[in-house]
Amino acid sequence: MGIPAEKLDRLREKAREIRRHIITMVGAAGSGHPGGSLSAADIVTALYFEVMRIDPRRPGWPERDRFVLSKGHAAPVLYAALAERGYFPVASLPSLRQTGSPLQGHPDMRKVPGVEMSTGSLGQGLSAANGMALAGKLDGRDYRVFVMLGDGEIQEGQVWEAAMAAAHYKLDNVIAFLDHNGLQIDGPVTEIMSPEPVADKWRAFGWDVQEIDGHDMAAILAAVARAGEVQGKPSIIVARTIKGKGCSFMEHQVGWHGSAPKPEQVEQALRELAGGSF
Amino acid sequence: MSKKIATREAYGAALVELGRLNPNVVVLDADLAKSTKTADFSKEFPQRFFDVGIAEQNMIGTAAGLAAAGKVPFASSFAVFATGRVYDQIRNSVAYPRLNVKIAATHAGVTVGEDGASHQMVEDIALMRVLPNMTVIVPADAVETRAAVLAAAEMDGPVYIRLGRSGVPVLHDENNFRFEPGRAVTLREGNDVAVIACGIMAAAALEAAEKLAGEGVSVRVLDVHTIKPLDVQAVVEAAKITGAVVTAEEHSIIGGLGGAVAEALAEHHPVPVRRVGVLDTFGESGKPDELLEKYGLTPADITLAVHEVLKRK
Repeated sequence: MGIPAEKLDRLREKAREIRRHIITMVGAAGSGHPGGSLSAADIVTALYFEVMRIDPRRPGWPERDRFVLSKGHAAPVLYAALAERGYFPVASLPSLRQTGSPLQGHPDMRKVPGVEMSTGSLGQGLSAANGMALAGKLDGRDYRVFVMLGDGEIQEGQVWEAAMAAAHYKLDNVIAFLDHNGLQIDGPVTEIMSPEPVADKWRAFGWDVQEIDGHDMAAILAAVARAGEVQGKPSIIVARTIKGKGCSFMEHQVGWHGSAPKPEQVEQALRELAGGSF
Repeated sequence: MSKKIATREAYGAALVELGRLNPNVVVLDADLAKSTKTADFSKEFPQRFFDVGIAEQNMIGTAAGLAAAGKVPFASSFAVFATGRVYDQIRNSVAYPRLNVKIAATHAGVTVGEDGASHQMVEDIALMRVLPNMTVIVPADAVETRAAVLAAAEMDGPVYIRLGRSGVPVLHDENNFRFEPGRAVTLREGNDVAVIACGIMAAAALEAAEKLAGEGVSVRVLDVHTIKPLDVQAVVEAAKITGAVVTAEEHSIIGGLGGAVAEALAEHHPVPVRRVGVLDTFGESGKPDELLEKYGLTPADITLAVHEVLKRK
């Protein structure tokens, strides 16, 4: 594809840094959602450090690209990316979920600069993203709206209302990611309420669909570039990911959806992430 | 009384007027544009109108996104769908982030008529009132409706406007009427009892007051168009002056205007209160006027309530 190795290395290193932040802040909070934050880390890194047209000094810049974290419980990955990108101090990350902290358990657009929509109740982010995209078309602005969904989240009916609408309104300025890590709280998604075949479903709803390895930085960037060329329809990038990716004892585990690592587990995870073991 | 205009008709016209004044106003509907009258706006501003089809949750979420991007969205459907069906969407995508979304719901109450209980929403004031950051307006007539729509567009934050299907008497002179959000309107002075009403029951209260005057009962009538924030001062003053209060709404007696007034008076100035409204039941199919009779929403019901509450003074 021709992405310089130096760029890929830089992004991979940034993703590792973001994973360290996720582990540290959830550990400090004593609660939170590490599994689904870690699975999304590479995509979110790519967006905030390469893809998106943003300016941390002007969070309200009308021409900016937007990112809606529809799977709002992955707030740690969003906060880590925003802090690293300069929207607020990295030093405040360990205040996640503490009383009085702006870093709420689920993203609050009124409290944290850079958060484009308050989310947490699943299934609502794509609708909001559509609204932002419609505003962009009305105003003749060419910003793009990126949105990330979970594969358990797409069990919510509103997601499909929004999917239908995005295609109907030809919102080619909407680029969605499905963090397809295969797991939800009560078990694997295929056992609880299977959304498969996901790619076929989105195609049937009129979306351009790509399927990638969600931990392959080059593939992520290539898919975004390709999505950017799609005209007249919204795009979704179905990313096969590993829940808990980057932390050996969390990977593929249902139980790490919403549990915090204990101090000794934090230590072990940080050691793994320092070593670049993946 | 004067001519009758449905508040939803006034809404449709007001939206067009607003659309001309404010290029950021956009309108959403969910396949009910001909009934909610958002169709009026759609004819003049098709680019700014989004009929999302029978997908109300998506409508609210899309409105939230439009508001986040600087638009002033008015989202409409029947009250039952625009509040109950989308409750979590309003709560989490609109009220919690305090986004500038205006929900204008028509066909509230039993006067929906023949469609029956599934479409007759008598719990919506309660649902919206309990949400933080939500302003709740129940206009009594076409004049208040137009004013409320224009005012809502100027307010910063979520607003719920409750409108009806049938024609209602015009109570105010539009050249003379000043709409102040959060301020009750004294429609009639009186000292023996205060009837505090909203929506279609304001006209019913005036009719009851006329009749009671003939019996020598002096009735003060308050039109409380803003249920939230409630004009507590006006309510308490009315209670202080009269010593007895009747509330009246085309809504359940639980949690609506009656609930709000009872809460305020219990804390500030307890007096005997009687709530006129739907008695914790669902509606049914029928002619609107017959349903108002059957469900206790007539001037005669207000009169009975006044007699009852006067005994407890």
